[in-house]
Amino acid sequence: MSDAAAPKIALVGVEKSFGRKRVLDGIDLTVAPGESLVIIGGSGTGKSVLIKCILGIMRPEAGSIRIDGAETVGLRRRGREQVMRKFGMLFQGSALFDSLSVWENVAFGLVQGRGMDRAAAREIALKKLAAVGLGPEVATLSPAELSGGMQKRVALARAIAAEPEIVFFDEPTTGLDPIMADVINRLIVSSVRELGATTVSITHDMVSARRIADRIAMLHKGRIVWQGPASEIDRSDNPFVDQFVHGRAEGPIQMEVRAA
Amino acid sequence: MTETLSAIGAVFLAFLAAVGGLARFAVQALAAAASPPYFPRLIARQVLYIGYYSLPVVGLTALFTGMVLALQSYTGFSRFNAQSAVATVVVLSMTRELGPVIASLMVAGRVGAAMAAEIGTMRVTEQIDALTTLSTDPLRYLVLPRLIAGLVTLPVLVLIADIVGVFGGFLVGTYKLEFNPVAYLTQTEQYLETMDVVSGLVKAAVFGFLIALMGCYHGYHSRGGAEGVGQATTHAVVSASILILIFNYALTQAFFSR
Repeated sequence: MSDAAAPKIALVGVEKSFGRKRVLDGIDLTVAPGESLVIIGGSGTGKSVLIKCILGIMRPEAGSIRIDGAETVGLRRRGREQVMRKFGMLFQGSALFDSLSVWENVAFGLVQGRGMDRAAAREIALKKLAAVGLGPEVATLSPAELSGGMQKRVALARAIAAEPEIVFFDEPTTGLDPIMADVINRLIVSSVRELGATTVSITHDMVSARRIADRIAMLHKGRIVWQGPASEIDRSDNPFVDQFVHGRAEGPIQMEVRAA
Repeated sequence: MTETLSAIGAVFLAFLAAVGGLARFAVQALAAAASPPYFPRLIARQVLYIGYYSLPVVGLTALFTGMVLALQSYTGFSRFNAQSAVATVVVLSMTRELGPVIASLMVAGRVGAAMAAEIGTMRVTEQIDALTTLSTDPLRYLVLPRLIAGLVTLPVLVLIADIVGVFGGFLVGTYKLEFNPVAYLTQTEQYLETMDVVSGLVKAAVFGFLIALMGCYHGYHSRGGAEGVGQATTHAVVSASILILIFNYALTQAFFSR
């Protein structure tokens, strides 16, 4: 699966600060084509910022982010749009557009981003909705009429609608009950496998991480403190990983009570 | 002394940074108009929202403004036997000043707040980030249609407000103050020049742009959940209202200062 010579995503020395707080402190990370990398870590450790830097929503102060070998930091509009076409993203809160119906949300990237005819995009949207277990009767509803789990499914359908090469998942199971979380995890695995896409997920849900990861990296205070195959997470011999995986309050990770 | 100067300098620099940020935001949004894709449906939706749905509030405000203007100018002017100037005062005041300013302030309260709240909510719920990941420029998709709609819709609204305001003055003039209707209309038309109306419509276009710009800018940069969106809404209305009054003076100076 992995091809160390040509990583799909390669980060070298990525740094990002907000004021005096350094959120990413020299991140080095590679993701192979077709690989599913899950980044774990506590709240406020910089997981979402890392993904937003890769997506180009935030610009790092230092370091390199290469997609398919091409540098993406500092890309201007046209170049950024070309790279964006490779990406799909499932946001933590789903981030569905309130003013559009469910099918319009799913078809949005096809119609607005790629100029596809609305009728053709609607057909694709209905197929993607079916792929995540939602029938055509849902297509014309407003996102506000759906439950949290259904919104996550719609967001997943939107993320994969344009058949991206790389899909990002930001806390895909947060706020869901364990059964719906498992449904979403299975949908992620099956839909991504069907696409053959590379995925980067961030989560603090270890059940989800074990379910969807080929490889796991742990982020703490802006640094990758451990990375390895998902099967080795329980024998990492890393005190940060052990504390996080077992959910212990005692250990090297001290939770900050206040946001910096 | 040094600390005081330092504090003043910091405030001044923050002000310059805010003005620079706003100017950069406006230029970036307008630059998106230089190339496709355009979103005509979104522009039409905003025109409908800013224009059609603001008609009742703007019309009502203009009607009563014209009525009060006629009444006030009559009672004031009667002190030196200048009652016959009432129709002229009403039409000049409405077209030059009160039509554009009052209509724009009402639209700033209604539309500017709604724009800031809508875009602010999209910001804090990551919908704007989602637009970016779907290869859609948020400035092009969200901001530009609102700026264009504000620019083209306010002049139409103000023209309607002018007509309704003059009609309000006519109602009070003829029914309460017992002017002859034909004489009132003749006097309304007699001293009205094209520039009086045009200057008001140009002001309206500028005010419409400012209202949309402030609504979009504060919404786009809102942070921190519901409280941040609330603050963005307040800032949008207050800053748009202040800018309307400042630009009103500057434009009046530009048009009528000789």
